[in-house]
Amino acid sequence: MMLQEPKDVIIRIRGLVNGFGNKIVHDHLELDVYRGEVLGVVGGSGTGKSVLLGTIIGLNKPRAGTIEVFGKSIGYAEGSRMRGLEVRWGILFQEGALFSTQTVAQNIQVPLREYTSMSQELMDEIAAVKIAMVGLPPDTAGKYPSELSGGMKKRAGLARALALDPELLFLDEPTSGLDPISANQFDQLIAELQESLGLTVFMVTHDLDSLKAICDRIAVLVNKKIKTGTIAELRQDSTPWIHDYFTGPRGHAALAS
Amino acid sequence: MSGLFMTSIENTAEPAAWFKLERNVFRAGGYWTVAESARLDHQLRELETGSGQPVAIDASRIEKLDSTGAWLLLRTARALEAAGRHISNLDVPQRYATLIQNLDRENRPEVQAKPLAPLMSPGVYRLYRIGKATVSAGRQGWHMLGYLGRVTVETGEMIAAPRKNLRLAAMIHQVEETGINALPIIGLLAFLIGVVLAYQGADQLKRFGAEIFTINLLGVGVLRELGGLITAIIVAGRSGSAFTAHLGTMRVNQEIDAMQTMGLDTVDTLVLPRVIGLVIALPLLTFYADIMAIIGGGAMCFFQLGIHIPVFLNQLDQAINVNTLMVGLIKAPVFAFVISLVGCYEGFQVERNAASVGLLTTRSVVESVFLVIVLDAAFSIVFSVLGI
Repeated sequence: MMLQEPKDVIIRIRGLVNGFGNKIVHDHLELDVYRGEVLGVVGGSGTGKSVLLGTIIGLNKPRAGTIEVFGKSIGYAEGSRMRGLEVRWGILFQEGALFSTQTVAQNIQVPLREYTSMSQELMDEIAAVKIAMVGLPPDTAGKYPSELSGGMKKRAGLARALALDPELLFLDEPTSGLDPISANQFDQLIAELQESLGLTVFMVTHDLDSLKAICDRIAVLVNKKIKTGTIAELRQDSTPWIHDYFTGPRGHAALAS
Repeated sequence: MSGLFMTSIENTAEPAAWFKLERNVFRAGGYWTVAESARLDHQLRELETGSGQPVAIDASRIEKLDSTGAWLLLRTARALEAAGRHISNLDVPQRYATLIQNLDRENRPEVQAKPLAPLMSPGVYRLYRIGKATVSAGRQGWHMLGYLGRVTVETGEMIAAPRKNLRLAAMIHQVEETGINALPIIGLLAFLIGVVLAYQGADQLKRFGAEIFTINLLGVGVLRELGGLITAIIVAGRSGSAFTAHLGTMRVNQEIDAMQTMGLDTVDTLVLPRVIGLVIALPLLTFYADIMAIIGGGAMCFFQLGIHIPVFLNQLDQAINVNTLMVGLIKAPVFAFVISLVGCYEGFQVERNAASVGLLTTRSVVESVFLVIVLDAAFSIVFSVLGI
């Protein structure tokens, strides 16, 4: 599967330092994410997985270091706009982060309305297409987020993230809080979308089954740095946390099958 | 629709996507992406589907296809089929085959339109709106009355037999938050009200040579009415809104649900500390506002009318007595009760969405200011009947 040609780097992180008060979360962290791969980011609680995600998408300002996405460096100036990048990535927040006063269809249409001159008719069609793509029933279009279950909110959030057909998708714990069957379906959905749309996926997750099912590479946040590799490579790693993670009872159960 | 500052991902240069329908083949190529979709959509809707012969779709020259483009392609195929033209072949570049398959497989009925309000003539509609608003106002009042009863009973119980779960710390925190922290703003505004009242009063009374009665106007006006009213209105805007926003956000975060499941009574833990705290704080604030307004008016008398402090105090002593002060202060606990009750009640009405907090906070402030003024008028009538 691995291509031998030099790989196209979509996200390039160099010397990233993040911290709160006296506590350093990331210490000169480096990471490359390649085009077309699904990268799973794991780590214990408090190792800064969500902070890392927030820093890449420009929500947190790092203490030091540079981040380039699609070759453009992320600016953190107050109120700075990164337009151009914003239409090339889609972000699924942990709880969906749907706009609560708008229906699912209107949520999906927010970026379409902002960045294109589509007719309302076409926007309605596109909303219906995206809703079907993420596997929601058609009548979800007219519902408000408060009328949806947790899993449906995530799917609706994914539909919104896909509205502009981004090349890069960020997922923050997409399967947390879902039952195993829904989580499994969600994994399949992401794999399918990734394949048919050629997406690059950056996924923060705790779910070992997801890691096994869809991730090409795993990035482990440990000791304020990142270690990357395939599951097979990381299982050989001697770092205590990584060892425990992949060979603990849950790791065994998920990876044995 | 397209504002001056609207950014767009659409290129305004030459179209990057094209299609043409020949006799029995539909050809498409270029960049069929979301950036081209608005233009493609317009052109495709005007496509003449033509005769009933079979047609092949040759999209092999498409260089880039995303799900929006794929939908447009599929929609065109369906439109051709609907026009009685059999699709003999659908040819897309190999790398996009899965995308087309996945989209085509999915069953996709039309978006369901939201049910529209039944059509009415404007006159009937206006009546309908008035009726609806009346019913909902009545229901609101009924609920609030029920809530008032519940809180009154619980407050009464608490006072009659203080339970050990009286949240003393929370109550003191509320006194600090609503009382002590409000001192600067209330002091400043009351001082200015005193200045304005003295200035306007002096201006009018000067015509009769009765400038000295400015002090009577100031003393009676501030102590009986203005001090309490201004304080209550500021507190309604400052603390009533804070109560609603705080409790409302707690509801949005399911914190209130969590408390209920732990067996914590929300009236005990959230409402009573606020109600009792404000009932303690507001009379004190009112007294403070009275003093500040008198000082403001006194300063104005000194600078504008040249009335010195001993003369001022002497005249003030003749104009007012303890009753004047008490008439103003007796109203403060009632105002405090109403403000905190409305603030808490509306906070519990918040639904789980972001707009709801804002809406109910606005409503809470409007309602409590309204009730404060109505109650003030009621007090005036009662006092005048009692001859106080």
